[in-house]
Amino acid sequence: MASRKLQNEPFFIKDCALIAIATGKQAQNLRELRDDLQTIHPGSIYYHFWGGLLRPRFDDPEYNNDFAAWAAHSLHDKKLAERLSIIDPTEFSSLEDLRQELIEAIEERLDESDFIPWAKRDDRFDFIRSQIIIFDTHRKVLKPQEFVTVLPTVSVGSIFYHFIDACRRSPDAIDDFQHWLDGFDGAYADLCQQISEIDPYFSTLTELRTELANLFREHFREAKK
Amino acid sequence: MKHSLQMYAKIAGQDVVDHLHQLADRLRGLKVVHINSTKVGGGVAEILHKMVPLMVELGIQASWESITGDSKFFQCTKSMHNAIQGERTEIPDSLLRTYEETNARNAEMLAEKVRDADFVFVHDPQPAPLAHHIAGRKGRWIWRCHIDANKPFRPVWKYLRTFVSSYDASIFSLSTFAQSLPHPVYLIPPSIDPLHEKNIELNEDEMRSVCERFAIETQRPVIVQVSRYDRFKDPLGVIQTYKLAKEFVPSLQLVLAGGGASDDPEGKIVLNEVRAAAVDDPDIHILLLPGDDHRTINALQRAADIIVQKSIKEGFGLTVTEAMWKNKPVIGGDTGGIRIQVVNHHTGFLVNSPEGAALRIRYLLYHREKLEEMGRKAKQFVRENFLITRHLREYFTLMLALLHGKEERIELA
Repeated sequence: MASRKLQNEPFFIKDCALIAIATGKQAQNLRELRDDLQTIHPGSIYYHFWGGLLRPRFDDPEYNNDFAAWAAHSLHDKKLAERLSIIDPTEFSSLEDLRQELIEAIEERLDESDFIPWAKRDDRFDFIRSQIIIFDTHRKVLKPQEFVTVLPTVSVGSIFYHFIDACRRSPDAIDDFQHWLDGFDGAYADLCQQISEIDPYFSTLTELRTELANLFREHFREAKK
Repeated sequence: MKHSLQMYAKIAGQDVVDHLHQLADRLRGLKVVHINSTKVGGGVAEILHKMVPLMVELGIQASWESITGDSKFFQCTKSMHNAIQGERTEIPDSLLRTYEETNARNAEMLAEKVRDADFVFVHDPQPAPLAHHIAGRKGRWIWRCHIDANKPFRPVWKYLRTFVSSYDASIFSLSTFAQSLPHPVYLIPPSIDPLHEKNIELNEDEMRSVCERFAIETQRPVIVQVSRYDRFKDPLGVIQTYKLAKEFVPSLQLVLAGGGASDDPEGKIVLNEVRAAAVDDPDIHILLLPGDDHRTINALQRAADIIVQKSIKEGFGLTVTEAMWKNKPVIGGDTGGIRIQVVNHHTGFLVNSPEGAALRIRYLLYHREKLEEMGRKAKQFVRENFLITRHLREYFTLMLALLHGKEERIELA
C-alpha cells in the first residue's frame, strides 16, 4: 500500500505477526534510559510505543507508552511520566524525531532533578524490539462498501498492519484505508475524515476493528438513504 | 484426548485460528522436532502434548522426542534448574560429566531424527548440550528456557551458556529472564490449554461434590491459593492474610491446595509449618493433592470467590493464568510474571504484604459487582494473551523470522 492506489485497484488485505526480541539493553535509572535511548535500535522505540497493541497490556489511560509507564510505576516520577505520556507518536514523521523528543523530555527532567531517579533491582527498563512478518491473506476488496462485511472478519493483525503500521510506511503518515479511499476522486472524503479522527493511541486493536467497521457501516447506511 | 483446531476456534475465536492457518501455510511440510526430558508431568510436557498435535494438524511434520538418563543425570539437572532460578548450588564435576555423557549418548540415538530437521526446539537445560553433539545439523536449533532465569547462579549459567551459545536462537518467557547470548533472544510467554482437564468448564454438581469432600461450604466466601508448599509461595503469609481479613469477614474460608511435598524435604517442613499455623481453625483447609488431580484443582479454583497467589518469587505463575481463565480476580504478589497478568483494578490486585492482600480481599468481597467485573476482564485478558493458540502463533512467527533473516520487517510474497 506504499504507493497511491488507482480507483479500480483492489485493496489487498494483508496480515502481520509481531515477535518480541530482547535487545540486551537495560536501564536501571533515568540517566541510563537517556543514554540507551541515544543508540537503541529505532525498532525498539516503535515497539515501546505501539507494540503494546499486540502484546499483553491493559490500557493505561494515564501512561500509554512504556517509557511513561516506567517513569510512573518504577521511578515514581509522575511529572516525567506525564510529560512522556503526552508525546503522541502519530505527530512525528520519523522514529528519529520521536527519539529526539523522548531524549529532550528526559534531559529536561534530569536538569531539574537534584538526584537521579532509580528503579528497584527488579524494576529495570528492558529495551525490547520486534520483528514483523507480513503476509498476504489472499483476500481483496474491490469496492469500499465491501468493507462493511469484510472488516468485522479480519484479524487484529490485519488491523495493526493497515491502520498502525501503515502510518510508518506511508510518506504522508496515513493509514491504508484512507490511502485507498483517496483514490476514488474525493467520493469518500467524509469517510476519510471520520477515519482520520480515530485515535489509535487509546484503543485496543479489537476496538479499532469495531470502530472502523462501524464507520463503514454507518457511511454506507447513510449513502443508501 | 484429541482436540482439533475447530474446538480452539470456539474458544479463542475463528480469526485466531485463521491467523494460525495463514502462518502455517508458509511452514507447511517442514520438519520440526521438540526435545525435552520427560513425556509425563511438568509444564513443558503439558504444553507439548497439545502443541505438537496442533502443529501436525496445521500441516507441519512435528514430532516430540525425550531424552533419557539415570538418577545421577537428573540429580545434576535438578541442581542446574535450581541454580538457574538463583539457588547458589555448586554442581560437582562428576555430575557434570554424567550430564555431558548422557547428552552425548542421547545425541547418538536422536541423530537420525534431528539431523535433517528444519527446526529443533530444545526445551530447558536437560538436553541443552545436544546441539553440540549433532554434527552436520541442517536446520535451525532453538533453545527454549521455561525457567525463571532472572538471577541465575553465575557459575552454573556460565557453564550452561557454553552449550546454549551454539544455538541459532533462544526463547525466554519474560524480558526480565532473558540472558545475554550471541544470537537472537526471543520473548514468548507461556500459555494454558483451555481444553485441559484443569481448565475445562465443570458442572455445578461436580464442583459441589468436591467442596463437600473437603467440608468447604459453598454458601460462605472462599479464598483459594493453589501452589506447592514452598516458602517462595508464602503459604504462611496467606494464612496471615486470611486471619486479618476474617476479623472483618467472619464467614471467610481459606483453601491451600498443593501437591508434590512427598519427595521434597523442604516441602514437608513448610507443610508442617502451615499445618501448625492453621491448627484450631476449621475454616482453613490444607489440602495435599496428587499432582495429576487436575479436576479437583479445577473445581476448587471455580468454587473460589477470589484466588490468591501471594508469591514472594514467581516464574510466570501459570496458576494465576488458570484462575483468571475461570473468571476469578487474583490477588497476587508483586513479582515475576504475576505482574504482567494481574493488572491493578482490572484483573486483580498486586500486593506486597499480608495486610495489603487482606485489604483487597475485604474490598472485593464487599464490592461483589467489582469482583465479577474483574473476573470477566481477567478471562478476556487470558483469552487474548495466554492461550496455547497465541503461544503457537509466536512459535510460527519465530520460525518464519529465522527462515527469512534478521531484518526488522519481513514481507512474505
